[in-house]
This record gives sequence, C-alpha cells and structure tokens, in this order.
Amino acid sequence: MAFLDKHKIIEKNATLLLVLSFLVVTIGGLVQIVPLFYLQNTIETVQGMRPYTPLELAGRDIFIREGCYVCHSQMIRPMRDEVERYGHYSLAAESEYDHPFQWGSKRTGPDLARVGGKYSNSWHVDHLSNPQVIVPESVMPKYAFLATTPIDPQYIADEMKTHRMVGVPYSDDEIKNAKADFAVQANPDGDSTGLIARYGNKVTVANFDGQPELTEMDALVAYLQMLGTLVDFSTFTPDASR
Amino acid sequence: MCAKPIKEDPKDKVGTTGHSWDGIEELNNPLPRWWVWLFYLCIAYALGYSVMYPAWPLIHGATPGLLHASTRLDVEKDIKAFDKMNAPIKAKLVAADLTAIEGDASLKAYALDAGKSIFATNCAPCHGAGAAGVQGKGYPNLLDNDWLYGGAIDAIHTTITHGVRNTVDPDARNVGIYMPAWSDKASGALADVATAKLTDEQVGQVVNYVLQISGQKADETKATAGAQIFTDNCAACHNPDGKGNRDMGSPNLTDAIWLYGGDEATLTQTVLNGRGGVMPSWGYAQTGSKPRLSEDQIRAVAVYVHSLGGGE
Repeated sequence: MAFLDKHKIIEKNATLLLVLSFLVVTIGGLVQIVPLFYLQNTIETVQGMRPYTPLELAGRDIFIREGCYVCHSQMIRPMRDEVERYGHYSLAAESEYDHPFQWGSKRTGPDLARVGGKYSNSWHVDHLSNPQVIVPESVMPKYAFLATTPIDPQYIADEMKTHRMVGVPYSDDEIKNAKADFAVQANPDGDSTGLIARYGNKVTVANFDGQPELTEMDALVAYLQMLGTLVDFSTFTPDASR
Repeated sequence: MCAKPIKEDPKDKVGTTGHSWDGIEELNNPLPRWWVWLFYLCIAYALGYSVMYPAWPLIHGATPGLLHASTRLDVEKDIKAFDKMNAPIKAKLVAADLTAIEGDASLKAYALDAGKSIFATNCAPCHGAGAAGVQGKGYPNLLDNDWLYGGAIDAIHTTITHGVRNTVDPDARNVGIYMPAWSDKASGALADVATAKLTDEQVGQVVNYVLQISGQKADETKATAGAQIFTDNCAACHNPDGKGNRDMGSPNLTDAIWLYGGDEATLTQTVLNGRGGVMPSWGYAQTGSKPRLSEDQIRAVAVYVHSLGGGE
C-alpha cells in the first residue's frame, strides 16, 4: 500500500491539499465549460435575431423588476405537448441578447417565449391591469399601476452601453438615437423610419397602452409583443445532433 | 466522565485504522458491502452512459453516443407519428361540406375533441375557458344566440379563418369599419369615420333613445329628440329598427346583450369615443410563416363553437 501511504502527505499538509484540490476542480470546470464556447452545435446561428429596441429593453427591465420570471418561463422544451401548445421549441440563439436570460424555472402561468403577436395590445393592457376580468380563474397579480407610471428614457443610452460591454452589438448610431427611438416606438403618428432602419421591419410601432403618455405599460407590452417573433424559421434547419 | 463504565472496548473487536492524532484513534469500521458495490455500480453506469449518449467533447463536436439520442429528432418523430395517425380523419374533415360535418358521427366526435383543446389554447384567453366572453370588455359571449357576424357554421368558420379588423389579413371582417367616435371633441381614426360631429347634448339624447329601444328606463323628451339623431347617423349600420346588421358586424341594440355594457354611462362612452374590437386571423399566413391554425384545426374549432349552444 505504498501509494496510499503517499496520500498521507497530502492529508497532513493543508496547503498542499488546497492547491491540489483547486487543480482538480479547475480541470473539471474546464472540461465542462470550455467546449461550450467552441462546439458548433452549441452556438448555432439563426437569421433574424437583433438586439432589443430601447423601449423593449425598458420593458424587459420591468419584466425582471416585477419578477414575471418567477411564474412565467421563456423556454419551450423540445417535447410534443409543448411544441403543439406554444410553438417551435426555443433555440439558444433566441436568448443571445438576454443578460440575464429569462428561461425561468417554474410555470405557474403559461410559457411566454412565443407570446408576441398572439394577443392584441389592448388585450395585454386589459389583462395586465386586472387579469381576473379577462381570465376569472387566473391567480396572476394586478399590474394596473404600470399604466399610470410614466417612464423616462433618461438612462436608456447608458443601459445600452452596459449591454454592449457584455457583447450585445448596439451600434453608436443606435445608442445616440436611443431616446428618440424609445419615444417613437410608442407613437404610430411619429416618424419611425430611423427606428425601422436601425432595428428592422419586424419592429412593432404602436401606442401600446392606448393613452397619450409614455408609461411602463407601453414598454412592457412592447417587450411582450416582440417575444419569440424575431427568428426567421423559414430559413432555419435544426441541427439534429442535439 | 462516563455515567456507565465501558465494559468492552470496541477497539479490541475491530481494531483501529492506525491513524492516531494526539492520542485519538480511528476505529476500523469499513463501509457496508452493499454500499461499496452500489458505488462501483454507479461508476460503471456513468461510463456506460457516456458511451451510449452524447458526452465527450472533441474538436468539432461532442461524441454522438452509440444510441444517437437527440431530443430534436424525438420531438419531430413524435409529432409526425401523431400527424400520420390523424391524417385520414383530418383529410376527411377538410374535404367534407361544412354543414355536413355535424351529421357524421365520427367526424363530429373528432372535431369536438380537437376543437375543445384548440379553443382552450387559442380562444379561451379572450372568450373565456367556458366561451362566455368577458362582459363589458368587448370580448363576445359565444354561448348565446346573439351573433355579430352570424352563428351558422360557415359564418363562424369565416370569422375564425380571417378574424376581425386585424391588420394582417386583407379578408378580415370589418377592415376599416368601426363604431365611430361621434363626439365633436374626438380626433383620430375613429373620429374620421364619423359622418357627423355630435355635441354632448346630442349624445345624451341618442343614448336615451338607445336606452328606450332596449327596454330600459329613459328620459322621454331626450329619447324623442334622440330618435332623429339615430335615424340620421346610427341607422345606416344598426338598421332603422336598431336590430343591427350582420354584414357590418353592428350589434343588435334592442336586446339585453351588450358587448361593452348597456347602462347610460357606458353607452355614452361608446358613442363619444367609438369602439372597434379586434380578433386575430387564424388562417392567414404571413410571408415566411405558416397560419396559426391549419384548415382542419379551424374546422374543428368552428364545429366546437357551433356546438356550444348558440349555433344556428
């Protein structure tokens, strides 16, 4: 048992034990994490993904602030029942610009990964304001205050810069026009050509909350109406090796 | 100090491992045999698993595993299998004459089952799980005999296929037709379709006329004045008798069924600001995507809605 006797040296020397434990954990971590950065099938590219518009980004902040992710997932799993109910299963690329991602871990309410375009804006406003009026059996809390809380894009450009630091490809042009883009997305009478040119023609421009002021309701509904609508599935062929 | 003196020293029985720190010794009690074997079995299982399933990262991809397991392929296969099973009855459903579906027992049974689950996923958020709509919010009740666009099976089928006033489907019902905002202070799209501008006083009069023809308590003098305003402005869509017109989706104003509410305050809001409910198009395919529901699904849910009690 000469080999096991050598083990005694490590056990009796705390510093050596620490150094060697660290080595073992490092190797384990590298083997698990590093391949995710280079393996082709974990970084599959898709057509259509774009960074969120300033208004959608603000809506996403409200989504996170109100803890929507606690009851709603944004992750359709590749199973028949989920695909038939919610639509095409979620792709990793669809969370590309999410910092942090909103996959969630529990569904008290339905999955929201493809809720965009499923309902009208006024349905969302009615439902967020008082869910039980629309769906009596719902246990969702009321968010009527969103429609009376004005939203100010004061820090939206800074936030986009922060997102750029972690890899979201916002251009200088997009950051410079953040405040204008923010306001015009909720104003169908405004000139939204700049916004469309920067973010593509899939951007929905509408008075989301139906009232003249810009409120948090506008931002949240703009975000919800975008969810799951970005990827062009007509050009997508699933990689079967996963 | 022990309360009881130790009679037998277990050290004599099992011995020690030889480890001794400051005079404290470790008894040699090995792990139970079953535990140790289970542990070895787990290691063997893990190794076998990593051979059978995708596991080891290589240069271009992970090893696919001998079973070639793939959740994406599984779900595709799963959906295809069910589609294949349902294909004959779906084809029969699409080929059948709309009015004949309910006469065929097997088709009807399938359509009701499929329609029920399609309704729960797609229609219930607005029309309610029981299809009773949302009173006062403009989401119509599908259980009663009052239909905006008709309650016959083919009318229901058309409404579901194209929707109402949505911005995507050119064949949607009532594109560009709204209840106008009649107030002389209103502006925007709903005010532009109004053929006249009514003062608050005139609105009060016509509201009282509507209260009167729907059998509610109304101010007689206002209602009499409102009758002429109704004939001039409202009758074109709601018909001179106020019973509505299905070609324009204009509601019957003489019954007790209301989309947004039949009390004086709500009626005043409706006349002042206009209305225009929206229903999505379920059968229209936008470029680059598929329609939300296929023809067989639309037919199934149409049969289901038709069967709910108000079907004509």
